[in-house]
Amino acid sequence: MKLRISKDALVPIGSVLVALGIGAVLIAAQGHSPLVAYKVLLIKGFSSVAGLQETLSKAGILIMSGLAITVGLRAGLFNIGAQGQVITGALAFTFIGYKVQGLPAPIHILVALIFAIIVSSLLGAFVGFLKASRGVHEVISTIMLNSIMAGIVDYLAQNQLKQPGQPNTRTPDILASARLPHLFGWPIGFAIAIALAFALSWVLKRTTTGFELETVGRNRAAAWYAGISVKKSIVLGMMLSAAIAGFTGGIYSSETTGYFVPAFYSGIGFDGITIALLGRANPIALIPGAIFIGGMRSAQSAIQFESGVAPDIINLLLALVLFFATAPFLAKLLKSNAKSVTTTSGWSS
Amino acid sequence: MRKIRNYTIAAVLLAVWIFGYVLDSGITNSVLSSGLRFGMPLALAAMVGIMCERSGVINIGIEGTMLLSGFFGFYAGVYTKNVLIGFAAAIIAGITASFLHAMMTIVWKMDQIIAGTIINILASGLTSFLYVAGVTIPNNWPIFDIPVLSKLPLVGESFFSQQGPIQYLGLIFIPFIWIMMYKTRWGLRTRSIGENPGSADTAGVSVIRMRITNVVLGGAIGGLVGGFICLELVGSFSKEFTAGAGFTALALMIFGRWNPLGAFAAAIAFGLAQALSTQLQIFGVQEIPQQFINILPYVFTIAVLAFSAGKVRPPAAAGAPYEKEKA
Repeated sequence: MKLRISKDALVPIGSVLVALGIGAVLIAAQGHSPLVAYKVLLIKGFSSVAGLQETLSKAGILIMSGLAITVGLRAGLFNIGAQGQVITGALAFTFIGYKVQGLPAPIHILVALIFAIIVSSLLGAFVGFLKASRGVHEVISTIMLNSIMAGIVDYLAQNQLKQPGQPNTRTPDILASARLPHLFGWPIGFAIAIALAFALSWVLKRTTTGFELETVGRNRAAAWYAGISVKKSIVLGMMLSAAIAGFTGGIYSSETTGYFVPAFYSGIGFDGITIALLGRANPIALIPGAIFIGGMRSAQSAIQFESGVAPDIINLLLALVLFFATAPFLAKLLKSNAKSVTTTSGWSS
Repeated sequence: MRKIRNYTIAAVLLAVWIFGYVLDSGITNSVLSSGLRFGMPLALAAMVGIMCERSGVINIGIEGTMLLSGFFGFYAGVYTKNVLIGFAAAIIAGITASFLHAMMTIVWKMDQIIAGTIINILASGLTSFLYVAGVTIPNNWPIFDIPVLSKLPLVGESFFSQQGPIQYLGLIFIPFIWIMMYKTRWGLRTRSIGENPGSADTAGVSVIRMRITNVVLGGAIGGLVGGFICLELVGSFSKEFTAGAGFTALALMIFGRWNPLGAFAAAIAFGLAQALSTQLQIFGVQEIPQQFINILPYVFTIAVLAFSAGKVRPPAAAGAPYEKEKA
């Protein structure tokens, strides 16, 4: 068992090394030093207490967003719309966070989180309904909803939910009673994310609902023969995935941003895709990848200043890691037999 | 029944067109020609989807293919000061991206949706990292009238005047793909490996080779579209310029029932809707906020799918990698 796990880890580690190699060539081609850039990118987030705290805070968010995608994948749904659900949840959380006054701290946070979950899971329910009853593939509907929600959220943050007297698009500050505290500087969100990962793993493995979702994800026909309502599972799987994405947006607003500006949240949902696929749709296995990427993301703002390399290098590196980790040739080379991730094949639902 | 309905719709549209033309030919022509300009890249991108899916490969990576080819096409055009070389680079980039897609989906038998997503993420990462701001292409790509045709009443000014070469090429190219798909041996074989690769294989068609060829040819078209947008229509490259167009193209392909002419009609209708909403803005419907105008194409896309997706039948083998049965 031990041996198998270490062998499974070979592919992700190998793909990180290959991606860093290719990235180094491109950085050098732009006339910068790959060593300096990688020192910032790979070390900075882990070399100091403050850096580590920021890394874990970011990692917690990315674990959650990876979990959102993972639940979908396990139910055979590819939710590439987590980005739209994250910003929707974030704005919903922020709204309750600044508007509702006089609640004690834990209850205020809870109410705002529940609101964020409701709003984003409605979004997921819409996608699930479109797939289950109208045959609309979730990849197209969710990517379209990303743009639609970006537009709506931007409109709201510029009008009804705007901080009065501010020239920029931003909401008022979330009240202190809806802000997650830090434990001596350490992020609570990270602990929540780890707990969520284990909870989800348990739900998928040990509960009837989890079993139904997985069965529908693996084989619709078999699920149907077994008497599982496939349509219900599709809607439920999509709702659960979107709910986690909305929850992610809420926690991020509560712990880190403190108010809503659309740009704060860019990339969270898409990093979740990379993380979920690197973890091969396993809620626990995605944690190391999320911490690694969290480290890079927390060093993102420093990289241009300290090494001259554009921060987009991170997107490129992550794309390369994803490619090498999911395409099977590296796995064959390293003789790993880790299973590849599949979604439901074909257009029809 | 369906035929009667389609003819009725066509007749109504024609009547509206003629009515508008008689009433105010200037506005009618400008709405139509901008509708064509919005619709043509989507129509051509839908051809990429048709080429792939008719042969049994779902291509979610059209978006990334266009992004990559637009990028390489634009910068090749900038640095060689030659737009034609730019187009060549765009097509080569499209072929490269789709070859990678073909390797992943056909040879390595990866999940096709994930493979396409990887192409998209790779394209977005690579182009945003290599992006250089503040360069312009040489202004030597022609915009011209087609002689004789542009003088025709009704269609002349809207279809055949003041457009670039690729826009005109598209008007010939899409019917050409239709003929290829339905009237040639290649088309029959393509459709057969998308419906039932097992029997096509038994009949002597090399499924794997044919699928790779189709996906790569599709990629060449995708490359052309990327170049078309960056070099002819817009004249610049901006990060993430595709903005979901690749997915809209897939929706139009589905709406057009995987038929080149159907997808073309859907794309033009889509382009017209966009042109009309732009026209509305010009006419001072200021009450509608900009954000809501911007999200219209995405709302349309979902609506189009919601009304068509469940009712149409995709190529039966689309999405499934082909494995030869072992005796």
